[in-house]
Amino acid sequence: MGRRVAIVGVGQTYHKSHRPDVTSREMIREAVTAALDDAELTIRDIDAIVIGNMDHFESINYVDTYSVEGSGGVMKPIMKVSTGGTTGATVAIAAYYHVASGLFDRVLAIGFEKNSESDTTGAIITCSDAIWDRFSYSGAIPSLATEATAYMEKYGATQEDAAIIGERDRNNALNNPFAHLQRPLTVADIMASPMLAYPIKLGDICPRSDGACACVLAADGVAQKITRKPAWFKAAAVRHTYTWFGDSTDYNKGLVSMQRASKDAYQQAGITKPAEEIDVAELYLPYTWAGLKWIEDIGFCGPGEGVKFVRDGNTHMGGRIPVNPSGGVISTNCIGATAMLRVAEAAIQVMGKGGKRQVPDVKNALATGFGGCFWSDVVILSTERP
Amino acid sequence: MDNAAIVGVAQTKYERRKKDQILADLVFDVTQAALDDAGLAIGDIDSVVTVSNDFFDGRTISGMAVGDAAGGEDKNISTVSGDGTFGAFYGLMRVLSGYKATIVVAHYKGSEGSVPITTNGMFDPIFQRPLGIDAISAAALQANAYMTRFGIREEDVAQVSVKNHGNAKNNPCAQLPMDITVTDVMKSRKIAAPLKLLDCCPISDGAAAIIIANEEIAARTKKKPVWVKGVAHCCEEYLLGDRRLSDPVALKDAARRAYAMAGITDPMAQIDVAEVLEPFSYMEPLWLEGLGFCKPGEGASLIEKGITPMGGRLPVNPSGGALSANPILVAGLARLIEATLQVRGEAGARQVKNAATALAHGFNGPCGQSHCVWIVGGKK
Amino acid sequence: MTEWLKDVEPLTLKGQIAVPYSWWVGDTGSRFLMSLRDDRKILGTECPSCGTVFVPPRKNCGRCFVDIDQWVEVAAEGVIEAHTIVHYAYPVQPVKPPFAYALIRLDGTDVGFLHLIRKDLDKIKNGLRVKAKFKEERTGSILDIDSFELI
Repeated sequence: MGRRVAIVGVGQTYHKSHRPDVTSREMIREAVTAALDDAELTIRDIDAIVIGNMDHFESINYVDTYSVEGSGGVMKPIMKVSTGGTTGATVAIAAYYHVASGLFDRVLAIGFEKNSESDTTGAIITCSDAIWDRFSYSGAIPSLATEATAYMEKYGATQEDAAIIGERDRNNALNNPFAHLQRPLTVADIMASPMLAYPIKLGDICPRSDGACACVLAADGVAQKITRKPAWFKAAAVRHTYTWFGDSTDYNKGLVSMQRASKDAYQQAGITKPAEEIDVAELYLPYTWAGLKWIEDIGFCGPGEGVKFVRDGNTHMGGRIPVNPSGGVISTNCIGATAMLRVAEAAIQVMGKGGKRQVPDVKNALATGFGGCFWSDVVILSTERP
Repeated sequence: MDNAAIVGVAQTKYERRKKDQILADLVFDVTQAALDDAGLAIGDIDSVVTVSNDFFDGRTISGMAVGDAAGGEDKNISTVSGDGTFGAFYGLMRVLSGYKATIVVAHYKGSEGSVPITTNGMFDPIFQRPLGIDAISAAALQANAYMTRFGIREEDVAQVSVKNHGNAKNNPCAQLPMDITVTDVMKSRKIAAPLKLLDCCPISDGAAAIIIANEEIAARTKKKPVWVKGVAHCCEEYLLGDRRLSDPVALKDAARRAYAMAGITDPMAQIDVAEVLEPFSYMEPLWLEGLGFCKPGEGASLIEKGITPMGGRLPVNPSGGALSANPILVAGLARLIEATLQVRGEAGARQVKNAATALAHGFNGPCGQSHCVWIVGGKK
Repeated sequence: MTEWLKDVEPLTLKGQIAVPYSWWVGDTGSRFLMSLRDDRKILGTECPSCGTVFVPPRKNCGRCFVDIDQWVEVAAEGVIEAHTIVHYAYPVQPVKPPFAYALIRLDGTDVGFLHLIRKDLDKIKNGLRVKAKFKEERTGSILDIDSFELI
């Protein structure tokens, strides 16, 4: 059986719309040194590295071999895991398995993206099958828009309901010095923003950011020597299915991958009442409707109850289960890092290092990753060693 | 390290162009075949790793094209972007972490893209890519550095090509089984000095799958389990000029750690057969030196000394190696599969007698910047 | 797979991914390229820990994993450490073959510098000295150096 694993340090860059002052590998180094400093370790203490991004955003093939000067990988084991939007989480999860396997004691997980260096939509569109999907599917927004309209039709949710999510996350970002977008957005602002693909408006979706995130993971026995409050992994689950977009369009079923991944994660962690047993959640919500729908799929409330759950204040800071104290994806989206930021921010909450964005008395924190094509990852971290 | 074994393997025939199958078809075929080989059903697999690369497949989130075909439905599935030996390592780590059985599937279609353009993409966009450097011209630089340092002649290295294409005649999966001579190699078209056409791998299409399982599952699979005795990887510096191309330091480090795990102190004596990734002929002797089978500079004389041909003390690449079939990423997994077949005694006409311990190797990055070394054996 | 496929040529879809890129050169790389463009000088940086002089210059040393802020001007000439004469053509190459790539140890540096050699290909040998030839019109690119020539 695998060893227990904890996150013992995290680091991230100050995320911006563009970072002309650094190349990708120079930017990676910023996050790595921040994570090592947080854990009070040096690169010499690291036994292996896992890194990931989305290739076509920087057009670098073999980012593992490219990065070594900045990732600290010179004369170390390094491998690359790349799974689209979920990359940051799957990299953290791969690092988890590196340690759980017993083969490595201290592993560095790195996610990054320099979205400013390319045409994001032009690159994303290549995820769709060239023969069957690419001609009709213009990037990430339409697939999310179709999901949103299905939800609105089924449960009567309105654009204003969704806008609350945007207002919440952008407000939370003001407490996070690292977040890219540091201006609040009201429901009225969002409703007045330009329509992109009905019902998604500019104010409903995430930005593109340049940024990197790194986490240091350590094994049971080692973690306790590094930090007084390790963030222990209680669960790690990944569900990536659907090759063709058409296969995923029975929206009446909800986000199936999230249902399955969260079910697996709760089982691993021994959690039966998520909304009660989880103290804070960093959810990968690339657009506002996700904040209404996917909390149903993840079991915080029942189907169709998302709007009421949010409007009752449960997910706002001070509520029953604050969501995205960091500001979430709607405030920062350096894609290869974004899902790892969810894990890192969850770890920050567990380790009590959240400063102005700290939720009080956190024991269990949940992080999710999301990506094409409707894939989900779930990680649960805890102050409690499992 | 807990006990884990390779219990199922499958490869497609490697060909210049598989025009009737898309990547998902190839992946499905080898997934099914590996399950059959193991005597397992898809329900016995609880973890899936695809080996997929966005550049080579021409699509972002390349794993998306093949996840379902690899049995990923409602399973914990991920994607390693790198050589199959690295993907298999991730699969192994999942098993060691508690999963029962992981299937690792690699796929590649050279016929659908451009090797120079996609490998040019490996190089630094600011300082090296505009020069037009790619995997082939970079390999030529490494060959030049290695061969001029040790006074190795092109004819010496041509012998690798002769040996491996000849070995490929015994491998039904190989793309280019050929009877050639050193003269044939020397006369073949100049690519980038000192590399000539027959010093280089072909462009290939193919897929391969491997199932790694814990001890409990291994006890009930169809074939003799092939135990993982040692595995390690290591990466050296990135910019070509920062490295000493004739001294494979990352490979040496990976080999040292893999050998330590496997209890190997004398590689030449304790290893019975080796499958190394050699898309260019000079790489075989260079990697054999890095693996500690001989002193630096002596790798090219191993064929003449009768050591690495079939029947020798340490046959290298009985399968024909990457020179005979090089679907990138798949080729490293193929080396591990071949090593597994050797230990099982299932390598047919290419079987090395009494192969009890085998070495498999793969690499990532230009001129072998990052290497992964596996030691597998018949005993736990 | 199926019998009827054996007699027909399967359809293929020709395509190309067209994603334009603008890589940020970064402060360190920019200083190097601007020096090529404006002064026809080659700059490197030196690691304070191991003393390695890197060209192109680096913001940090990958070996020691420390920041570097020491700039040095390196010679525009040096010794060929490795080379290859390229005989195959494809679109991303800046010049038509035959031409050579070389790893050049510029005087004052500790690593090889990758660039082109376009003339006297039959005379190239490792160990010979070469000198950078700059282009008349320079834009702030590694190709502001046209190539290296035997001296």
